[in-house]
Amino acid sequence: MGLTPSRQTGEGPEDQAVLDGMSPNFITTRLDFLANWARANSLWPMPFGTACCAIEFMASAASRFDLSRFGMERMSFSPRQADVLICAGRLPFKLAPVIRRIWDQMPQPKWAISMGACASSGGIFDTYAMVQGIDTIIPVDVYVPGCPPRPEGLIYGIMLLQKKIKGESFTDPTLRQEFEVGPDGLFVRPEHIDEISEPFGNSIHQTRSA
Amino acid sequence: MTGARDSAAAVAATFGPAVVGQVESCGDVIVSVAADRSHEILAWLRDTTGQEFNYLTDVTAVDYRDPGQPLEVVYQLRSLRRRVDLRLKVPLDKTDSLEVDSVFDLWKGADWLEREVFDMFGVRFRGHPDLRRILMWDTYAEGYPLRKDFPLRGHFSRSEQTRQALAANPESHYSLEELSIAEAYDDLPADMRERLQAGERGEVR
Repeated sequence: MGLTPSRQTGEGPEDQAVLDGMSPNFITTRLDFLANWARANSLWPMPFGTACCAIEFMASAASRFDLSRFGMERMSFSPRQADVLICAGRLPFKLAPVIRRIWDQMPQPKWAISMGACASSGGIFDTYAMVQGIDTIIPVDVYVPGCPPRPEGLIYGIMLLQKKIKGESFTDPTLRQEFEVGPDGLFVRPEHIDEISEPFGNSIHQTRSA
Repeated sequence: MTGARDSAAAVAATFGPAVVGQVESCGDVIVSVAADRSHEILAWLRDTTGQEFNYLTDVTAVDYRDPGQPLEVVYQLRSLRRRVDLRLKVPLDKTDSLEVDSVFDLWKGADWLEREVFDMFGVRFRGHPDLRRILMWDTYAEGYPLRKDFPLRGHFSRSEQTRQALAANPESHYSLEELSIAEAYDDLPADMRERLQAGERGEVR
């Protein structure tokens, strides 16, 4: 770890002399490294739990798996004090404007995790009522597959997000830009939504008209 | 089940031609009655000594794939004292306007049940105090999802569905009282705005 001094205090009189000579202490590091290190290790999640994935999410936060090891013990039930939105569960169209509003209320820097098959792709719910992947509504950083994912899976997704955050750079201006919404309210193009919402797997056997 | 059979026989004896059918299926007694007299029969079942169906378990509807077959509104009744269940069906001709009298005045619990049947099947309940969608949002334009002619994925393309869903105001799902203090007034359908302006329920700011 770049932040700890290479020598510990109290190891001997000569160490003490060295440390006295250095006082007051300072370290040199890259600003990117320091900011990303701090951000990645104190993510405050905004839990958006809509279904069974939320149960696994609660298990991840509870004592056995213990999200606080990653600095995430502070669940932020106000989006205004949250860093990462975790959509745990299926998202019906009726909730689409709600998650969009919550995402808009979160301050930068912010990230989103799509937890589970339904949030990522609509899952088994290829119906009139269900958003086919929350990435048609808000931008997503990490997709966690599973139905629902086990807490280990979510924790792996969080560690991937930490890895992504640690690779970010202050000098990249695009990282902190809010996504552009067109006049139709969509931030991805309609033809793209139609393409990624195409039926796949078993649901291609369902006909569009009954 | 004897109690339910007795009740079905009593309905047939009292209302005669208004009873259009009676079957027993899986231990349930099912009576079909004509739409124009359904409210009268349900009131009679609730209020008559010896019937006392004082609990409305559910109101739902069934649409059959065969277009010639009527859409059925289903009332599941229970008498808490007699411990008897009775199912009443009201067949509605699909070529006609789907209308039946509301039983909100008999059982207050019918409020949201009838709203759900209206939302999913498009059955209109005459005399319901607040008949509007309950599961889908108020401006939902694709029709009635549980009708058999409704495609599983809806009528519109996914991008159009996404666009319409994002254009909906999340606050427009509230009750009329709540809406009067929310900022969703402009997103309501015109008939709801008129009802709010008339001061039917709540107050418009």
